[in-house]
Amino acid sequence: MAAAGSPRSAPRGLTGRAFKPRPAANGAGAGAVMEPRAPSGTGRPSWGLLLARGHGPLGFSSSSQLLPPENADPQRTAFLLRKQWTLYSVTPLYRFSNAHLRNYSRLLSAFIAAERQKGWAVEVGVELDIKVAVSSLPDLKGSDQDHAAVLVEVRSLPSPQKTSQEKRIWSGWFCCVCGDDFFENMPEDFTCLPLFLANGAESYTAIVGSWFQKTFDCCFHRLAISPLNLSWMAAMWTGCKVDKTASAMELIFSVPGLLQPLDISYAIHPEDAKALWDTVQKTPGEITQEEVDIFMDCLYSHFHRHFKIRLSAAKLVKVSTAIASAHCDGIIKFLQSQYLIGVLRLLTELAISQIQ
Amino acid sequence: MRRQMLRQHSGAHGSYLRGSRYSELSCFFHSDMAVGAFARLSSTAELSLHCSPVAILLLFLKWLITVFDFIDHKEQIHALYGFFFSFLQDEKMCPYVCHLLYLLTRKENGESIQWCEMEYYFGMQSHLQALLSLYKLFCPELVTITLPGKMKTYFKNSEGPWKAAINAIRRRSQGNSPLSQPLFLGTAQPQSRKRKWNTQLFIPASSTNRNNLEQDSGKNHVDLYSANKSFPVEQLQTFPQLLENIHHLEFPSQMGSVLTNPLLLHYMNCIKDESVYLRLNYWMGQTLQEECTWCVADNQYEDEFKDFLETVYKTECFLQEGFSSCEEFLYKSLPLWDGFCCRSQILRLVSWIPLGNFSEMKSHLYDPLAQLFFTSSLYFKCSVLESLKELLQNWLNWHVIHLDSASDSQVCSLNTTLSGLVNVVAELIQFVGWISTVALRLENNPTFLLYFILDFYETVCDMYLRYSLPLLIMPPAGVFYPALLSMDSVSLNQLCYIMYRYRTNLVAAKENEQSKKKILQFKFSSQTYQEYNQYIIAMVGCLWTSTAFQKDIHPQGLRMDEELLKKTAMQELKTSFNIVYHPAMMGYAVLFLQQVMGWANIWGKKWNWYLEYLYTQGLKGLKLFIESSINRVSQASRSKAGNTQA
Repeated sequence: MAAAGSPRSAPRGLTGRAFKPRPAANGAGAGAVMEPRAPSGTGRPSWGLLLARGHGPLGFSSSSQLLPPENADPQRTAFLLRKQWTLYSVTPLYRFSNAHLRNYSRLLSAFIAAERQKGWAVEVGVELDIKVAVSSLPDLKGSDQDHAAVLVEVRSLPSPQKTSQEKRIWSGWFCCVCGDDFFENMPEDFTCLPLFLANGAESYTAIVGSWFQKTFDCCFHRLAISPLNLSWMAAMWTGCKVDKTASAMELIFSVPGLLQPLDISYAIHPEDAKALWDTVQKTPGEITQEEVDIFMDCLYSHFHRHFKIRLSAAKLVKVSTAIASAHCDGIIKFLQSQYLIGVLRLLTELAISQIQ
Repeated sequence: MRRQMLRQHSGAHGSYLRGSRYSELSCFFHSDMAVGAFARLSSTAELSLHCSPVAILLLFLKWLITVFDFIDHKEQIHALYGFFFSFLQDEKMCPYVCHLLYLLTRKENGESIQWCEMEYYFGMQSHLQALLSLYKLFCPELVTITLPGKMKTYFKNSEGPWKAAINAIRRRSQGNSPLSQPLFLGTAQPQSRKRKWNTQLFIPASSTNRNNLEQDSGKNHVDLYSANKSFPVEQLQTFPQLLENIHHLEFPSQMGSVLTNPLLLHYMNCIKDESVYLRLNYWMGQTLQEECTWCVADNQYEDEFKDFLETVYKTECFLQEGFSSCEEFLYKSLPLWDGFCCRSQILRLVSWIPLGNFSEMKSHLYDPLAQLFFTSSLYFKCSVLESLKELLQNWLNWHVIHLDSASDSQVCSLNTTLSGLVNVVAELIQFVGWISTVALRLENNPTFLLYFILDFYETVCDMYLRYSLPLLIMPPAGVFYPALLSMDSVSLNQLCYIMYRYRTNLVAAKENEQSKKKILQFKFSSQTYQEYNQYIIAMVGCLWTSTAFQKDIHPQGLRMDEELLKKTAMQELKTSFNIVYHPAMMGYAVLFLQQVMGWANIWGKKWNWYLEYLYTQGLKGLKLFIESSINRVSQASRSKAGNTQA
């Protein structure tokens, strides 16, 4: 299939260059692995597609900026990296105040203790003393109108016998990056933190989420990322400069079969991918839908030439680059602290499009 | 010789097991477990011990564990107990063998087992513990090691997909109920059948907002209303209580709970607080979006969603206004709607859509509705027409209410100008006129459909007088003529009533225009009068003067040339189509003549008696029309009706 608008010069490397094997053992240097896998996916249509309010059809502005390297304080945000965060969208919180974070910690601890009394168990046979800490992360915001991020941590206290440290067993944080356009006219009582990320046992997410829903009258919903949005992320993140040698860009596709669904993993050398993207993108600092389509079409046609499989008909399920990796079920992993704010901005846009 | 035979069989056996697992399962469960088939398999397994690779044996063991419960006669398996026991030494097969032996062990097995060597081989893994504990149960004297007291799950439940397949097949063969879930073999989806924690479909109970952490302990202020002590919402049971405590009341912590609490709804009506509506709209919007059964894949909670929509509708009726989140939900989901799921609830919610600008309504409401309308059953068409009529009435009522409180500018953020309102209403009426015309042709003018259409126009014809909206739109010819020439008297009667009301409205408008002597913002154009006159001529011609075919001047009307009329070979053409001979009225004429007995036809003063007879039969619309529109100066000059001229 001839890619419409193929790049002017075929970038070297895509056709003949041998790929460096990835450090994670995912297969031979060929770069494509097929494994049978269970199907997943929430099957939710992207609401951002349906009511385009002056933006691109994806919830992303059609002229999204490339992510400039930000200078968030790496120390405080180091613990956010390299963890799998499950994404939720949250409607505005009513009567949430930064002045009462201590009180919230106390109430939440009491709530968790009460739930455990009811017989709901986290882990069988293990007694834990739980402490909850609600704190604010003032660095994690995009503009001044954004509300500072709020971090909730559930830690297990060390028992007197053991000398182990306090261990963080669950953490979740609310944030809003550059959401001021949408929340301009909100009354005072509302706090807009549309994105929630959780890491840890699902049972704790349920408890903390229920408490927030009851106390601040908000709604949590899983944020799924559609394949269209994933391809945008792939394109945007490929173009970012990374200092160290980056890991390969990997796209995982799911081909649902009746008896045995297939997973196709397509790994591309990061420099090749960046070279391709540089030829496709015309205006620095701006990305359009056509450029993303061209980029993906090039990758698909290359794959087709070698394996005779049309990836455009498969469902893009996961995108991993050096900057972050995103899964269509709404799971994200941040890998570079300098681009953290940029990725959060994209995710905030997605969350807002699900709320509106 | 047996070994040779087995070497041949082992390859086939392996592929048989591997390739046809599912067909095996299906054939076994159409009837009871076929013992013979099992025997064949087990014998080949036994003797192919050395030939088959371990994987095949593992598969066989797993299969055996899965179908163990379905086997009726287990003697042959018990006979193989020792055979299975010998597999314990193999590390890979040990867990499965332990599981199988666990299922098989009976009391008499305990004595013949050389179990004491087991613990030296592998240490205390959970599956071995299980087996040993069972042996200890049967023959405690033979088992001397101590086993942990707590019972945990010993064996991995590894064949979930197979079990799912088996259950599905059994369900299919036992009952004839269609499989509600697709047979996908894999791990369960992360957000599958059980309820998620953040599901909002259950309306929360009202609970006091305990979030008031504003501790003003430092200040001493005298609070006249003692606002520190707010009345707890849970205790609000009766209306007098609400009235007493109305100043101390606060909304509950979760706004969603007001939907089922009429007292709180009353309170909401009094409070003009934007945050209240925002909270409710966010919650409702998220719930509707998330739980919509046709927008979200595998959502099986249709009944609960239906109930939720009912509750929302009842709340809207109570508050007499629509929610913006509900409107958004309808705009988003109507293009995807199949017209079947939660039909009556959705159509009722459509009737509460607040006034919006036309282009939005056209693309989000009119177009999807039209698509569904044209391709659906008669009943659906009638339901849509009814909900559009209620939509119109709600808009008109809203207009009347806000006419009185015209200074209330903060309430309505939508079209507050009269011309905007008139435009939107006009577009709705034209839309309904269009779909009615097409529907009548598609369904071949059924009375049922005509009833709903004319019902809509009953509201339209009275907009000026009843609702003070300066707009008058005549029904399209595609609606008027089928009603005029319909075969039943109900439609004709309705039409007469509608034309009568049009006349009244037009006359009143004319009088207002002439009396006020100043330029009014709106006046009905001469085209409206002209259209009315054309219709009235046709109508009187049909009912009274038998001149419809000659005098009808409407471009889509009944006028026919003389030659064509002559070809019909009707005698007395000039007197043959009127209120006596109209197909809808023929029945009455016949009944009338039967009553009076002896009269051959109706003319002269019998005409009046005939009319009186018709009025007693409940044709009130006809009565009003004839009395208002037909000047009965004399018998000879049956003048044309209507003294409103352009």
